[in-house]
Amino acid sequence: MGNPSDGALQQGGTVATADQAGGRFEDPGIPPHRLRLADTDPKAAKRAERQVTALFVISVVGTVVFLVSYFAIELGKDSSIDTIRTQNILLGLSTAFAMLGIGTGIVHWAKALMPDHEVSEARHAVRSEDDRAAAVKIVDDIIEETGIKRRPLIRNTLIGALALAPLPALAVFGDLGPNANDKLRHTMWAPNAQTGKKVRLTRDPDGTPIKASDVTIGSAFHVIPEGLNDLKEGKLNAKAKAVVLLMRLNPDDLHITPGRESWSYNGIVAYSKICTHVGCPVALYEQQTHHLLCPCHQSTFDLTHECQVIFGPASRPLPQLPIEVDSDGYLVATSDFHEPVGPSYWEREYS
Amino acid sequence: MSNAAPTYQPPTKVGRIADFVDQRTGLSAVTREFGRKVFPDHWSFMFGEVALYSFVILLLSGTFLTFFFDPSMAETHYNGAFVPMRGMEMSVAYQSSLHISFEVRGGLFMRQLHHWAALLFVASMSVHMLRVFFTGAFRKPREINWVIGGVLLIMGMAEGFTGYSLPDDLLSGNGLRIIDGVIKSIPVIGTWISFFLFGGEFPGSAIIGRLYVLHILLIPALILGLVALHLIFVVVHKHTQYPGPGRNDRNVVGYPLGPVYAAKAGGFFFIVFGVLAAIAAMFTINPIWNYGPYDPSPVSAGTQPDWYIGWVDGALRLMPGVIGDVEGYRQHFEFLIFGQTLTLNVLLPALVPAGIVFTVLFTYPWIERWITKDNREHHVLDRPRNAPTRTAIGMAGFTFYCVMWAAAASDLIATHFHVALNDVTYWLRALFFLGPILAFTVTKRIALGLQRKDREIALHGRETGRIVRLPHGEFIEVHAPLSAYKRYRLVSFESPEVLPAQPNAKGVVDRKERRRAALSKWFFEDRVAPVSPAELEAAHAHGHHEAIESAPSGH
Repeated sequence: MGNPSDGALQQGGTVATADQAGGRFEDPGIPPHRLRLADTDPKAAKRAERQVTALFVISVVGTVVFLVSYFAIELGKDSSIDTIRTQNILLGLSTAFAMLGIGTGIVHWAKALMPDHEVSEARHAVRSEDDRAAAVKIVDDIIEETGIKRRPLIRNTLIGALALAPLPALAVFGDLGPNANDKLRHTMWAPNAQTGKKVRLTRDPDGTPIKASDVTIGSAFHVIPEGLNDLKEGKLNAKAKAVVLLMRLNPDDLHITPGRESWSYNGIVAYSKICTHVGCPVALYEQQTHHLLCPCHQSTFDLTHECQVIFGPASRPLPQLPIEVDSDGYLVATSDFHEPVGPSYWEREYS
Repeated sequence: MSNAAPTYQPPTKVGRIADFVDQRTGLSAVTREFGRKVFPDHWSFMFGEVALYSFVILLLSGTFLTFFFDPSMAETHYNGAFVPMRGMEMSVAYQSSLHISFEVRGGLFMRQLHHWAALLFVASMSVHMLRVFFTGAFRKPREINWVIGGVLLIMGMAEGFTGYSLPDDLLSGNGLRIIDGVIKSIPVIGTWISFFLFGGEFPGSAIIGRLYVLHILLIPALILGLVALHLIFVVVHKHTQYPGPGRNDRNVVGYPLGPVYAAKAGGFFFIVFGVLAAIAAMFTINPIWNYGPYDPSPVSAGTQPDWYIGWVDGALRLMPGVIGDVEGYRQHFEFLIFGQTLTLNVLLPALVPAGIVFTVLFTYPWIERWITKDNREHHVLDRPRNAPTRTAIGMAGFTFYCVMWAAAASDLIATHFHVALNDVTYWLRALFFLGPILAFTVTKRIALGLQRKDREIALHGRETGRIVRLPHGEFIEVHAPLSAYKRYRLVSFESPEVLPAQPNAKGVVDRKERRRAALSKWFFEDRVAPVSPAELEAAHAHGHHEAIESAPSGH
């Protein structure tokens, strides 16, 4: 350990390395210490002292301002946004001054006035060879005293017992998993199992039903199933699967594959709003190009080709919801989706 | 053990208190060890300090927030100070976040301070790791501390993401939705993990409470423990130092802890706190009242995660789900194998790039040690230019990261610079593969160029800009010779040479060794050797600037 206040040159050595042709330079040692202005000029030292004091006083002022703005401004149910903003700025800036005053003051004190002699200290090997030898001996003795090497029966049965011990935990955790597949497959769009009543398409979020005649060409609706807002429990879970986008195109623009002719009505089509990539809502409808775009990862679906992927990381088309018009002229879902909505998962095809 | 009363009589009151404590704890030994412990000083050593101080500020502001935050997902109707949302249906967690922002005095400030400190925490850890990598500070004996640092970075990201999700707002809810989609893509157990995590179907009513426990209990405890371990190793190893006169692998040159280093480091804590407070006062972060409560249906355009999650989100965006035309042949990246769905368009980008980055990060110290067969302790850092291949590898990795990071903002790049979103994505896809190669090549050339410049300066001195005409009419620029100290900084670095394949104990050069030798060649074949005293001698003998310097002036 060197003396921090003596400026003497420290002994240095050369860096241990492979031999270089032509030899290596001699280490000249730590450069001679350069005195600061405050070391030689008492006036400069006094000035630095005053600066540090001023910075600490700024900190005190900051703390006082914090306390004043904390107690002078009360927040409650009727506070205006302006009050909240003003208090936030006052509290934040006063804290900043309180902290920066202390911080810059101390650092300035250290840099200008405290001894700034560089010191050299020797390093020691991380590992002591004595310790290593003693530790190895201890471990060997411990193993020897357990007799684990001499009594293989004990060792082997212990290994067997330890290997089996986690099984109960696996069983317990495995049982926590509910039957995922069944839940992911079904949405609220399935017609009532008893009455066969079909579910109306209603507006998100107020739940008013949509008449087919209200859907003009070029318009788009964010749709939830009728009755979603009346759910007491699991409303968000149901909504996360059932949200649908409803759009009307010129029927000539639609390329319909065989079997899906009855899924749309007069150019009105409904598709799941949940992206088949990782599940964000596909909320952007480009009216001119008939593209649907997911704002999270920019998967783009072509509405005229049954929402096939034309760009981005999604691989599957958006599932189509088959729709028709009921006797009152409202749009209803003919059936549930014909495949699970949302991101793909391992067991998807079984559902 | 003696029962006799101690004979030492402390002269002052402070001394008596110290003596009282010391007789009962033996803390004198600690003061003796640490009181004047030497720490090297350099601006680049401050990044780790910034990370530590941000973490302390996170603990302070986070504790305040836990007093008011309620992680319940129960439905409620808002009736607070923020008028536009009155009557809206939302979770209790979101409501209590609004309550903290608008009705708790200093609550908004604490929320903003906490969020900004979190962003700075991960940022300073990342920059600190870049500093450690580029200066070779991960080499023996610090490999394990490098790994601890890597784990801390992952923990920091996890801590950030769990905290980000807690307010249950629309933006973070969509982030959780993405996480759910990624988890579901895991083969065999993905659906099960998703249902386990969310307590059933997404979003369920359990996830915020679970993330809360992780965020305020488990992960911070792990971070705290690892930080302690990290710092213990810093003490055990003593800090590294930059090369220079008087510095070598057997000493440590710097300022003593007391008073000057402790004052600087302690003062720096207040500076970090002050700067974060100023930012929190003036710059809004995560205005959850603009996003609204989580609802699976709406989403805002231009959604961004917090910056440190960006690279993973960017990787998700870069991967094409389908290649090919709508009418012609289309290659999907979702496959059916044995009737099961394998959705590689999600699984690959979520796992592979992060897997590559962290595998290389964690194993690099051992890879380099194997290639160089260098088993010595290193306490003197490399200047990045003096390890050109390592620096180039680091820049390749950094570029790889940055391309993915940029991809997370592909839509914003498109709207801000008025270019097509699709083109931005195509370019970034190309850069994903070409960027690292390009960065490697360019960085290595720059490093070698800088080394040659150092050689020139060491051999011929510094250009003074003074032009002198010699008696026979020749013009030359005078070069000022370097001081021994400055020259030593330029010439003292280690420059390992290519280590050809060595026969093993049986006298055989095996395949692994040949591979190592090939890598060694790739690392060091175009090295620039440091100037030797003999070269300097020769340069002085041939040059005539020395004669000019010593010639009497004014002729």
